[in-house]
Amino acid sequence: MRALVRPAQYLALAAYIAFLGFPLLWLVSASLKSSAELNSLTVSLIPQDVRWDNFGQALERQGLVRSASNSLVVALVSTALVVLLALPAAYALARFRGALRALGTGWILVSQVFPVILVILPLFLILRTVGLTDSLLGLTLVHTTYTLPFALWMLQGYVAAIPTDLEEAGAMDGANRASVLRRIVFPLLMPGVVATAMFSFVSSWNEFFFALVLLQSPENYTLPITLKMFIGGEGKVALGPLAAGSVLAAIPSIVFFSIMQKRLTGGLLSGAVKG
Amino acid sequence: MSVPTVTRPDPAPVPSTGRTRDRRRGTVAQARRREAAALVLPSLLPVLVLSVAPLVVGVLLAFTDARLVRRPEYAFVGAENFERLLGNGFFWESFRIGMVWAVSVTLLQLVAAMGLALLLAADLRLKGLTRVLALIPWAMPPVVVAIMWRMIYSPNAGPLNAGLGAVGLPDDINWLADFSTALPAVVVVGVWVGMPQTTVTLLAGLQQIPGELHEAASMDGAGAMRRFRSVTLPSLRPIITSITSLNFIWNFNSFSLVYVLTEGGPGGKTMLPMLFTYLEAFKNRNIGYAAAMGVVLVVVVVVLLTAYLWSQLREERSR
Repeated sequence: MRALVRPAQYLALAAYIAFLGFPLLWLVSASLKSSAELNSLTVSLIPQDVRWDNFGQALERQGLVRSASNSLVVALVSTALVVLLALPAAYALARFRGALRALGTGWILVSQVFPVILVILPLFLILRTVGLTDSLLGLTLVHTTYTLPFALWMLQGYVAAIPTDLEEAGAMDGANRASVLRRIVFPLLMPGVVATAMFSFVSSWNEFFFALVLLQSPENYTLPITLKMFIGGEGKVALGPLAAGSVLAAIPSIVFFSIMQKRLTGGLLSGAVKG
Repeated sequence: MSVPTVTRPDPAPVPSTGRTRDRRRGTVAQARRREAAALVLPSLLPVLVLSVAPLVVGVLLAFTDARLVRRPEYAFVGAENFERLLGNGFFWESFRIGMVWAVSVTLLQLVAAMGLALLLAADLRLKGLTRVLALIPWAMPPVVVAIMWRMIYSPNAGPLNAGLGAVGLPDDINWLADFSTALPAVVVVGVWVGMPQTTVTLLAGLQQIPGELHEAASMDGAGAMRRFRSVTLPSLRPIITSITSLNFIWNFNSFSLVYVLTEGGPGGKTMLPMLFTYLEAFKNRNIGYAAAMGVVLVVVVVVLLTAYLWSQLREERSR
């Protein structure tokens, strides 16, 4: 009985690896296959001959590069805004107790269960009255607003981890408040800022629903919307370039997530569980 | 996080009389409060304008006959939208599908993630690889996930059908277009996407359980199954409760994945309530009516969740 435990565990682990990894391998393999092979009836994970022209074709396609650059701009600007707004607020949330903190934390939790479908209708109307529908600026503001609560939650955890003693010590040594923040708090907070920034970037880069509702003209599409249109538009889908485009779209998020891997381990609940 | 140690000089005793100290403390508290407000205000502003205000307006919209047109004229119609909604069979069918989807994805996620977390907590090779693999679905854009699984499920050149054919099973199933397989097929994708986050959370919980508990239990002769039931599960209980609640809400609110996989088809078999409401608002342009649907969905979720959390709390107390 005992001797069977290890092999059973490895069998289960292999099943998980296959379930989690196979779809990815298939996508990558499809992006490397020729269109003749993709349309043939032989199905194989390993491409007969590896070709890179799907990537070339995907990039040549009207709109893909443009929408990738749209996505990049929206993600970068909203990330910058999120960090700028969240930094002072996270500090306040972690350091000042009382009603403010309770309200802030409450809102962060509510935002996790926010009924986006109910909000999108008035949001659309509000943005339309100020001419920000079908605009990258409008989308950027929306991404900023909806990433902010979780970013705040992440950051305030990092602030709370910095002992107040350090700040007091700095103040004792005659540094004023601003220079305590600049010389002591911010350097220690950098890893947290980096993690939060990567999280915000990935959220915006991956986001689909707001972009779908708010953007109308193809020149404003972000990458997820353009990829979705690839499927619908042409009747018979050009699978190779679609797979190649998908691989390219997934790369930034996967890279950032792998870097963040360690910091994500606690996840959303770590703060809640440790109290 | 490592923090450099700073040697701190002992604070010199501050001579002061009681009254001035009190007054000073009062103004200090006030100044601190003002400072806190100033720090929070910049992030409060976008949240108020772009998420609190829309939420309030959204609830109000539900009581109007608003339509999505260039020059909208709204009239309050009281509860008329809700009365109409009661008789709308399509909405309730979509609601039922949404519940089936959210409950089954959440449960399967929990079971699958628990298994994986236990394996990752055990001392096995390939752990690093599995950990990375387990994070990737979480990181990928939902659109890409959907495109990828459309290829897996593809009726002609898909690996799933090819695999089934190779072992002599029927290999001509059109998974996403068949009335009976579409919803289960979509649920599998939902589990694939949501498993990582649950795994990571459970794993963090597992690592917090003191090893002595397990040792003590095995001293008492408890087998693996018994230890899991009487040590692991009870210790994880608060985490399981929170992650299932969150997963349920996330799954119930999910949109992008199924929208790209099936757009609610075939024949509305995967028409999640969010898709249904979206189509009512932006295709049929009845935003007042759609808002009423949104309100109903939110209320139901809140009621269900309160009931669940309440029952969990009571169970906790009775222990």
